[in-house]
Amino acid sequence: MAGDDAIKNHAAERRLFVIRTVVACGLLTLLIGLLFARIYYLQVYKHGYYETRSQDNRMRMAVVPPVRGLIFDRDGQLLANNRPAYQLEIVPEQVKGTVRQTIDRLGRIVDISDADRERFFSRLNQTPSFRGTPIKLSLTQAEVARFEVNREQFPGVDIRAGLTRHYPLGKYAAHIVGYVGGITERDLSNVDKKRYRGSSHIGKSGVELAYESALHGYPGSRVVETNASGRALRQLDETPAKAGDSLILTLDSGLQKAAYNALGDKDGAVVALDPQNGGVLALVSKPGYNPDLFVDGISHANYAKLISDPHKPLYNRALQGQYPPGSTIKPVMAIGALETGVIDPDKKVWCPGYITLPGSDHHYRDWKRSGQGWINLTQAIERSSDVYFYKLGMKLGIDDIHRYGSMFGLGHKTGIDLPRENAGIMPSREWKRGNRGQPWYPGETLITVIGQGYTTSTPLQLASMVSEIAERGHAYRPHVLKATKNPQSGEVTPYKPEALPPIQLKDERHWNTVINAMRGVIDNPHGTAHHYVGMNLKYPIAGKSGSAQVAGLPQNEVAPDLASIPYKLREHALFIAFAPIEHPKIAVAVLVEHGGGGSSVAGPIAREVIDHYLDQQSQNDSRQADNASASPSQQDS
Amino acid sequence: MSTTTANDDPSTLSEWLVYWRIDLPLAAALICGGLLGLFVLYSASGRSDTIVFDQAVRLGVGLVGMVVLAQVPPHWYRAAAPWVYLIGVLLLLATLFIGDAAMGAKRWLDLGVVRFQPSEICKLVVPLTVAAYFHHRSLPPRLSHVLVAGLIMALPVALVVQQPDLGTALLIIAGGGFALFFAGLRWRIIVLLLILGAAALPVIWFNLHDYQQQRVLTFLNPARDPLGTGYHITQSKIAIGSGGLFGKGWLNGTQAHLDFLPEADTDFVFAVYAEETGLFGVLGLIAIYLFVVARGLFIAVKSQDTFQRLTAASLSLTFFFYAFVNMGMVAGLLPVVGVPLPLISFGGTSMVMLLASFGILMSIHTHRKLLAT
Repeated sequence: MAGDDAIKNHAAERRLFVIRTVVACGLLTLLIGLLFARIYYLQVYKHGYYETRSQDNRMRMAVVPPVRGLIFDRDGQLLANNRPAYQLEIVPEQVKGTVRQTIDRLGRIVDISDADRERFFSRLNQTPSFRGTPIKLSLTQAEVARFEVNREQFPGVDIRAGLTRHYPLGKYAAHIVGYVGGITERDLSNVDKKRYRGSSHIGKSGVELAYESALHGYPGSRVVETNASGRALRQLDETPAKAGDSLILTLDSGLQKAAYNALGDKDGAVVALDPQNGGVLALVSKPGYNPDLFVDGISHANYAKLISDPHKPLYNRALQGQYPPGSTIKPVMAIGALETGVIDPDKKVWCPGYITLPGSDHHYRDWKRSGQGWINLTQAIERSSDVYFYKLGMKLGIDDIHRYGSMFGLGHKTGIDLPRENAGIMPSREWKRGNRGQPWYPGETLITVIGQGYTTSTPLQLASMVSEIAERGHAYRPHVLKATKNPQSGEVTPYKPEALPPIQLKDERHWNTVINAMRGVIDNPHGTAHHYVGMNLKYPIAGKSGSAQVAGLPQNEVAPDLASIPYKLREHALFIAFAPIEHPKIAVAVLVEHGGGGSSVAGPIAREVIDHYLDQQSQNDSRQADNASASPSQQDS
Repeated sequence: MSTTTANDDPSTLSEWLVYWRIDLPLAAALICGGLLGLFVLYSASGRSDTIVFDQAVRLGVGLVGMVVLAQVPPHWYRAAAPWVYLIGVLLLLATLFIGDAAMGAKRWLDLGVVRFQPSEICKLVVPLTVAAYFHHRSLPPRLSHVLVAGLIMALPVALVVQQPDLGTALLIIAGGGFALFFAGLRWRIIVLLLILGAAALPVIWFNLHDYQQQRVLTFLNPARDPLGTGYHITQSKIAIGSGGLFGKGWLNGTQAHLDFLPEADTDFVFAVYAEETGLFGVLGLIAIYLFVVARGLFIAVKSQDTFQRLTAASLSLTFFFYAFVNMGMVAGLLPVVGVPLPLISFGGTSMVMLLASFGILMSIHTHRKLLAT
């Protein structure tokens, strides 16, 4: 191809190029002229027309907020639903006078709280002035009527029918289900703002907060033709909103109520897990509160009442309360001692009423002043001997105490799918150096091995710990979600429970040793809980009591009876249990604040919860069996 | 060149520019445009710091790339063009088989580290390859040479059409076409091609995808479907028109901020700009574009061989063509094709490729041999 016959004429080619460049410039000028004429036509000649089009943009895009997903319990009982409600909205652009004046005048016919005002003004800045901003989220029928009568006086104010949230279970499940509230600026900084255009509520706590993204859904839009005052005349086009997913929780609302009631008039927490998958069957913190109060902005008076209540109803004891686990930690410590081989479970040990450490005259007491005499490991767990465990603790040492405690989840968040969980403390040498700036003292080993001292845990952690024992080291991470359901397609997506790292013992028989001892706590006549829990058992139950000291007893002082101690200084009562022993269906942790004895106070509550659940299960089983034999086609109920 | 000492400030700057082979007028205009773009994007994106930051990084990377490319002597580009062309075509082929589909079109190639559109390479390298082809041949080109040049263009165009990405295909044809035009393609052939093109319109029409047909129909009659395909154009015309002579002011455009205007920070960014800065702002932007094109054509006229001349001229005109097509489309003068507004639209590949092409222009201008003409 190189054999080009014509020789290049450089001058001619250059001339040709310059001509072409001139032509190109001409074309370019022509195109720019065309473009300029077009822009001039739009921006100058037709400016007036487009100015009006832009100002009251005839086609207005209105946001259609999505319907929030519902929350059900495991049997389809509603835990959170949507109720129709009337909202009062202000469109600032159309208001006569200032927005503040309008609100002041509105205040004379409907009740507008300071919280309403605050929320209104924080949202006002983020909303274009032709769109409505809610000033009051839920109007009573009387208020709706009063406003309708006076409507003429309030240009730019309108009532919009919407939905508001309602919690049928109220105080019983307030801490687990949580509540929604008015969206604040802070809420918006954590979410995709576009999804919240047109929405007024957002999850603030519990499941409502944890699964906000799934529950919320996606807004749609509606293109409407509007008149000069912005009122929609007719709808031109619509993209429907996508409703949020419905949630089905593992919660059993019957059990939740039963557990709440079982606590009687005491403050405390009950956590019940299904040890076979980690599902939360009940999660109670008592006292509860009425979550409906928060939905449309809680009044100052109501909020002050909740905040100043000495029983702290807003505080979620089950997840956030950190209490010394007390003797409920002993089964775990026993497993640690068996695994490391520092004790022989069958060997009897002399257990007097107290022991002292060499070089110190501090008395480490047993809860039983007279001592337990010669006992082996099983008896030590059954009777909850402190002295036996002091001796066990000395042999095991703080490093292994920490190791086995952590293995069963103490000192770590369980990772449950609920917000604001606390981790508790499983102390170690490093922990003490880091947090107290001090070395570890041998005496602290003794109180740690019986779950006192620095050790703290949440009731949820104790429930997870007892699940590990029930499942012999193969438990699941606690969770409240059972499945999500797409409201459009009806498609149900089950939640996949996450197995916790298995606890592999060198000798699997050690599980039997400890579980049998926990069974003895309840059905051995010497067991601490025998009289309170072990009567008329329908299923074999394993359990362990505990009491968490609030204030240390003065040395050499006989423990006084409960009634004579001031309430705030009384010890917390604890009980952990699971049943049935062979195929555990429920694992429970009970905490009664300032309740006193673990076996006598917390034990019966645990028993009541277990009975309620297992009775109902066996009823369901027999009903299903009946149904199956009667009409095999109707199995879905 | 200069006899003044290095202490003398102005001469230090000019010596530095000469050393780095930077053409000051071109660089200044491009930086002006790029900075203006950052301001426009801040408003168009609804005050997103991240978008502005991302774009600033791309602008920086593009400018550095431009300076690097300016160091390479022009004959290297001539030598490399056919090979890069070959690689581009192979990558296009690969895209057809293993490309990532986005919105129904396979345009992206994922190389693990980077994800890019091979068609962008072709937009740049096709005019260079045509220019390199004509370099040793006598001009105006003979019919057989024109046919070869046509084949050079047709190969990537055919592959891009398969993706399908009609807009890019047209831009590749434009780039190569400009090179042919500057090479002196005879007028009778140009007229013939125009007639052939017009005759082929019905054939093209029936091979268009449904959405492409919709776009053209909407362009011909925007009122036909004001809420569907016509929505973009209706809203962008309202945005431009309501801007008036002086605009509504930076950050005060209502069309974009109230979400009436879709794709406000990419293909339709010009509407936001016109709404907020008005006719005078538009004139300012057009002035920047014209200055860049004028400087590019000046470099082309001053350049010393066929390859450089054709390359500089066709790249400059391609730049103008992009700006014109985008503004024309947003103003409702042309049908909607996916072409970003040079220097302003949010997007990495187009910004970097654009500055790369000006790096080549700078190389051409600063490597001239100082012989008297």
